[in-house]
Amino acid sequence: MKGAVDSIESFGLVDGPGIRTIVFLSGCKLRCKYCHNPEMWVKGKENYTVEELVQKILRNKPYFKRNHGGVTFSGGEPLLQIDFLLEVCKALKKEGIHIALDTAGVGIGKYDLLLPYIDLVLLDIKHITEEGYLDLTGQTMDEFYRFVDTVNQNNTKVWIRQVIIPGVNDNISYVQSLAKFLKKIKNIEKIEFLPYHKMGDEKYQKLGLINPYLEKEAMDQERCDQLYLEFKRCYDE
Amino acid sequence: MKEEWRNFKEGSWMNEVNVRDFIQTNYNAYEKDESFLVDKSEKTDKIWSRCETLLKEELKKHVLDIDTDHMSGIDAYEAGYIDKDNEVIVGLQTDAPLKRIVNPYGGIRMVYSELEAYGYKLNSEVDKYFNEFRKTHNQGVFDAYTEEIRKCRHVGLLTGLPDAYGRGRIIGDYRRIALYGIDFLMQEKKKDWDQLVGPVMDIALMQLREDVSMQYRALEQIKKMALRYGYDISKPAKNAQEAIQWTYFGYLAAIKENNGAAMSLGRVDAFFDIYIQRDMEEGTLDEADAQELIDQFVIKLRLVRHLRTPEYDELFSGDPTWVTCSIAGINEDGRNMVTKTSYRILHTLTNLDPAPEPNLTVLWSDKLPETFKKYCAKMSIETDAIQYENDDVMRPIYGDDYAIACCVSAMREGKDMQFFGARCNLAKALLYSMNGGIDEVKGDLVIEGFEKMDDEILDYEKVKKSYFRMLEKVAKIYSDAMNIIHYMHDKYAYEASQMALHDTHVRRLMAYGVAGLSVVADSLSAIKYAKVKPIRDENGIMVDFEIEGDFPKYGNDDDRVDSIAVEVLEKMYHELASHPCYRDAHPTLSVLTITSNVVYGSKTGSTPDGRKKGVAFAPGANPMHGRDASGAIASLNSVAKIPYAECCRDGVSNTFSIIPSSLGHSKEEQIENLVSLLDGYFVQGAHHLNVNVLNRETLIDAMENPEKYPLLTIRVSGYAVRFNRLTRKQQEEVIARTFHEKI
Repeated sequence: MKGAVDSIESFGLVDGPGIRTIVFLSGCKLRCKYCHNPEMWVKGKENYTVEELVQKILRNKPYFKRNHGGVTFSGGEPLLQIDFLLEVCKALKKEGIHIALDTAGVGIGKYDLLLPYIDLVLLDIKHITEEGYLDLTGQTMDEFYRFVDTVNQNNTKVWIRQVIIPGVNDNISYVQSLAKFLKKIKNIEKIEFLPYHKMGDEKYQKLGLINPYLEKEAMDQERCDQLYLEFKRCYDE
Repeated sequence: MKEEWRNFKEGSWMNEVNVRDFIQTNYNAYEKDESFLVDKSEKTDKIWSRCETLLKEELKKHVLDIDTDHMSGIDAYEAGYIDKDNEVIVGLQTDAPLKRIVNPYGGIRMVYSELEAYGYKLNSEVDKYFNEFRKTHNQGVFDAYTEEIRKCRHVGLLTGLPDAYGRGRIIGDYRRIALYGIDFLMQEKKKDWDQLVGPVMDIALMQLREDVSMQYRALEQIKKMALRYGYDISKPAKNAQEAIQWTYFGYLAAIKENNGAAMSLGRVDAFFDIYIQRDMEEGTLDEADAQELIDQFVIKLRLVRHLRTPEYDELFSGDPTWVTCSIAGINEDGRNMVTKTSYRILHTLTNLDPAPEPNLTVLWSDKLPETFKKYCAKMSIETDAIQYENDDVMRPIYGDDYAIACCVSAMREGKDMQFFGARCNLAKALLYSMNGGIDEVKGDLVIEGFEKMDDEILDYEKVKKSYFRMLEKVAKIYSDAMNIIHYMHDKYAYEASQMALHDTHVRRLMAYGVAGLSVVADSLSAIKYAKVKPIRDENGIMVDFEIEGDFPKYGNDDDRVDSIAVEVLEKMYHELASHPCYRDAHPTLSVLTITSNVVYGSKTGSTPDGRKKGVAFAPGANPMHGRDASGAIASLNSVAKIPYAECCRDGVSNTFSIIPSSLGHSKEEQIENLVSLLDGYFVQGAHHLNVNVLNRETLIDAMENPEKYPLLTIRVSGYAVRFNRLTRKQQEEVIARTFHEKI
């Protein structure tokens, strides 16, 4: 069995705890307007066998020792390559590797098979209303909910990531609703607000893709922090 | 027991010269954190302010002053002080701080150009003496050099050979003076000399007898020199101040007598700590006093200067002296050797300021205490002044009383010495193997017996075969050069004061070196995995290359190319090791360039990896700038594959730059992650890492506005340097290096 790996970053420090190897699996059903990895929308060539990828990740094992370092599967949407991912995770678990999954939760099922091997889900919240979600991603929320249900059943640890976009969700009422919405998810350890940035713009140009947010400004960090405080207040209530 | 040794634990060290045994019997490891450290004292503050003024003045003039009336020598200068009343550790190279020594033993012509560069003239007596009556090392070497060696040297295939300057890289066991006093050491040398009668009075024996006599006299001179400062060092040191002062006198003698490229200090932390702790227990010293001694000792080390030519500066920028000071490590029983004095030495970076010298080298092991690892990481993040070397790969070879000379060269203190061997340009040799041995820049035929390759597309097997044959030829020439150089150096510029602080029967290491490793690995990989089409000039010499297709590049943890790097090194080492060495030295190899990677690059034509003519090589064993695109760890993993114990026992240098924000959000996170990086890198058997935590923008700003960053210190390759003392070209090269960023 082979998987389509877009790239591997050997020194990731922001996608999960400790030092992490980030494996970007290509292919995604969502077309998020703010996507900063549009080159990974389409699944690329299947270029790694399970064994090859596992060996590649294990090369970095000496760096994982402290603070639960390990591997993070990102993308794209890693859940789309579920069979491949499952085999890789099984092999990595045998080696005691900490596994994180950076996902929007929009895959093709078999979540119950995968989640027992996952130590941490980095769950990307696109939007909390059906209309907002559809507008931003082009998809309904059904699959997302299916995934969240399975995460809850498995009691998997979750870090929430919410991108804050000017004019879309950078308002008090959104973050207040988000605080309520997140009560649906059981085992949340950490919640991060990530300000929308413009670093993906160049990629759209290079790929000849239409960038729906070409004109949109980057999110102000300070405003983002303020919103987080407001959110935190509601969430902790 | 001698009164000076009161309260020490007894051991075999009392009956023979054995500093290691003294340390192992008496040191106490320290497991806790840095909270005990104190500020600099008022006295230190006064002295350091005075030095800062002088250093600023020196920076403006480049050289503050030169003593042109005396020649280098252990006892050739009057006592000198910075501010006598406030100095608790005394002794300067000449009679004034930062006044440089003229050392003509290496070569008189070098002295002329050094003096001329700074507007000085040699005392006519000295001048006459060295021209009419005394032959120098440099003259000796050129009397014996072959035509081939001269050619290789001229084109830059072999560069930086110590044939016109002091070889350096010898570490005297300066601690011996403190522990035993000079008189005992002299007695021991006399005993050795008496026994050197042999069944046959052959050259080796006669040479050794002469050496030991010179060593004996050197010890006497060290004693006289110390007397000028009011210290009688004939007996052992009786307290911490004396132990540090005696040790320093030993080192001072070395730098008065010699101007070797690297004049390293050795390993003193546990040794000094034993004395400091005893004084503290006896109530005669407190923490402030202890730190004062260390601070002032380090100030002295920061004032070490040698007279260099502007050309030398271009090779090794920023006036480095490589007063390498090895810290921490683990002992042979697995106990850590971190002491409070390990902390005190690193703390000078805070108490004084971040500075390149002494070249602080932490002997890293997985087994070092967490508290110490974190403190080192913190100091690295704050100062960029520390280098790390893997104690776990060196200890099995060199034991637990070795120290680093220069950048990466390990030696057992007082038991090993090194014949320093500069380096061979591997990338140029590759071009020679395809161009019929003709230099691609100068057009001279340098190595005979090779055909020009006329293939339209380069063939890997063919190129490799020719290249390996070229390495065989070059290794022979290189070996000849080294043997000649060190024979002549022993003859005309023998380091008597340093060798006096070694065992009489030392192990000698012949330390060869190579440069351009990543360029060669990537070039061969390009030829193997892509299509490389040479572009030739009218004489059929390849002057450029067109590359079609992609190829694996060294620095991405890709075995396809990393294995080529290893294979080339193994071949080169094997070839070098096949030639007998002068004085039965053991051949070793380093992958280290210091800052000379810039000059090597400028002398080398375009290479098949796509590097253009004149572009700097990556330093040491680093991947080529920007080609390590899979993140910091993949880059480190590639370098970690280079075998230390089996091939590169003289060191594998890697310089690593990372942006602070990429290392973590908070300082705590940054410290944790840096410790993880170091542990992860070294546990694989990697040898050396320079760590820089800084932004590229800072460096660009510092290049444009040097006055804003007078203290900005960075690690280059095996040493640290004040950024504003690098040449513009070197600054640009440092900026061009890969800075690992988060994605």
